[in-house]
Amino acid sequence: MSEDLNTDRHLTIARSMAEAIEQQMESDPNVFVMGEDIAALGGVYGNTRGLLEKFGPERIRNTPISETAFIGATVGAAQDGMRPIVELMFVDFIGVCFDAIYNNGAKNNYFSGGQINVPMVLMTAVGGGYSDAGQHSQCLYSTFAHMPGMKVVSPSNAYDAKGLMNAAIRDDNPVIYMFHKGLQGMGWLGTEPGATVATPEDSYTIEIGKAKVVREGTDVTIVGLAMGVHDALKAADKLATTGVSAEVVDLRSLVPLDRETVIESVAKTGRLIVVDEDYNSYGVSGEIIATVTEHDISKLKASPRRVTYPDIPIPFSRHFEQFCMPNADKIVDAYQSMVKGAAVSV
Amino acid sequence: MKPSKSTLLWMYETMETSRRFEEIIAKIYFEGKTPAFNMTNGPIPGEMHLSNGQEPVAVGVCAHLAKGDVVTATHRSHHQAIAKGVDLNRMAAEIFGKETGLSGGRGGHMHLFDANVNFGCSGIIAQGMGPACGAALSRKLRNQAGVAVSFIGEGAANQGAFHESLNLAALWKLPVVFVIEDNGWGVSVSKESSTSVERNSVRAAGYGMPGHFVEDNDPIAIYEAAGETIARAREGKGPSLIEIETYRLAGHFMGDAEGYRPEGEKDALFAKDPIPQMSKLLLDEGHADEAAIAELQATAQRRVDEAIAFARESEYAPEEEALTSVFA
Ligand SMILES: Cc1ncc(C[n+]2csc(CCOP(=O)(O)OP(=O)(O)O)c2C)c(N)n1
Repeated sequence: MSEDLNTDRHLTIARSMAEAIEQQMESDPNVFVMGEDIAALGGVYGNTRGLLEKFGPERIRNTPISETAFIGATVGAAQDGMRPIVELMFVDFIGVCFDAIYNNGAKNNYFSGGQINVPMVLMTAVGGGYSDAGQHSQCLYSTFAHMPGMKVVSPSNAYDAKGLMNAAIRDDNPVIYMFHKGLQGMGWLGTEPGATVATPEDSYTIEIGKAKVVREGTDVTIVGLAMGVHDALKAADKLATTGVSAEVVDLRSLVPLDRETVIESVAKTGRLIVVDEDYNSYGVSGEIIATVTEHDISKLKASPRRVTYPDIPIPFSRHFEQFCMPNADKIVDAYQSMVKGAAVSV
Repeated sequence: MKPSKSTLLWMYETMETSRRFEEIIAKIYFEGKTPAFNMTNGPIPGEMHLSNGQEPVAVGVCAHLAKGDVVTATHRSHHQAIAKGVDLNRMAAEIFGKETGLSGGRGGHMHLFDANVNFGCSGIIAQGMGPACGAALSRKLRNQAGVAVSFIGEGAANQGAFHESLNLAALWKLPVVFVIEDNGWGVSVSKESSTSVERNSVRAAGYGMPGHFVEDNDPIAIYEAAGETIARAREGKGPSLIEIETYRLAGHFMGDAEGYRPEGEKDALFAKDPIPQMSKLLLDEGHADEAAIAELQATAQRRVDEAIAFARESEYAPEEEALTSVFA
């Protein structure tokens, strides 16, 4: 993923997020950050590390555990002309403060007929795999993507993380920036090494709403985001040993969704598997499959498959959780059952 | 009202049980997590929030509760669970994720539920408060005995749910008591830097209920304040708020480097460890001699050892069991 880069500076996602924020704060006094434990601690996931020392407590603001108030305040400061960034420590906590986001932040541009913009970033940790159970391990990608008025991104590696953070801060809309704990580069959570990649120091943006083909192939398209991309890449390696050539699409953004890239890829391969750590039903996987089938079902040589989290609260016990998580082997199995034409059980 | 001798002995033994339980859990937690700390590994994976130092709150309050009374607890609930009478063997097995656990391994350490003693937890800050109001309402509507106690940390007093629940409970005169365990820290953020008032107990006045403050983790004063407020709730006189100054001897969770603590704070806290203070009190006031203390300690240790052995020896459920229990 890093071959086009002229740098051998490898960053974790945590560091690349912090660097993007730092550079934006240097050039724009309207950018500031709020959240729980984001100041001296540098964020539970390290993505605001070093910022307090550089910008001080006025612009790097620890908050009380009052998400309703401080995320509402983020909306208000954005509407008043600033570009606030707010951290919701775990996406699972959105329940206590969702209104500020989906009924206000996401709708005020529309309700005001475009008079009022809400240029804010809500960054939040998603994902499981480390036995934190169902109030601290969800992805909830589709919960945000479903409701109009918010852009939604989720990077799979540090290069994209920096470019997407820059784009999110400069965007005039609310952007939900979902970073996966297992990619963050925090060893205590376990971390996917593939997320730590070459990342230039100079500021750059990655357009929100553009997917990327991260591995080319001809027999099957595997679509994923965040951790799902790494599962897909590992599955592609395994499939390659059996002579199957898999193409992997990293969605990077959910809103806007780059439907064209997916459609083009499936037009080439004729087969589609979607990997999603979010719940199976009513989610990203269904949306991607609907996109492809609505567009031109005749391009498909087999019925599409999804490798997703079952529709259950995420259990604590490690072997329960691992049984439920998407992984490379499940993707390979999905491919094999797909080419056999096996029916998908419902 | 002062605690009776038997209550004092129960309080001490229960504090010892909780402490010894957590000491073993802490040791086992690091199995598989050294040299590199990765919370994914070991027989007890995931987050681990210890309550050591805060035992006086649990025993002082739960000494007044019967099985039928309801407790809603938090992410830091071992001490409360033990004091409420949650089955220790099944609790240990749950923390290990075993089939014999309270929830068969679905909930783990942050989601301990034991319906036999009306105990439950939420890992979302202040989200036990509404349900405590609801349990109290249920008892009131059906004319059934029982009170609800909602334990929270001081950080939770800045959540919307705290303020809404206090208002609702007072408005409807519900038999509920809200107990703030003020350990001074919400993860790395001090109470001073997150709370607009010096004492959360003053917030009770804003909702028309009594607010009590108990200083310095004192088990006897906690017992007294809890006794008064729980009796008041049982008599149908409505809710109360108790704020207790207590101490978190460990990090927020295991693996926390605690760099945010001012120098010397930990030493000062350990010097005030409530367990030796409680045994000293029993001795000084003649409730127990050295031999009786040793016996209470041995009983606590036996229970803990048995629970840990039960958890270790239990099996994991077949993995497909993960898919069950979503609906009634
Ligand atoms: C709504 C919500 N916000 C944030 C968190 C993350 N979190 C877990 S524990 C904690 C600190 C809680 O402090 P306090 O209530 O004082 O309890 P303590 O941990 O000190 O026992 C935070 C912020 C959460 N679980 N729920």
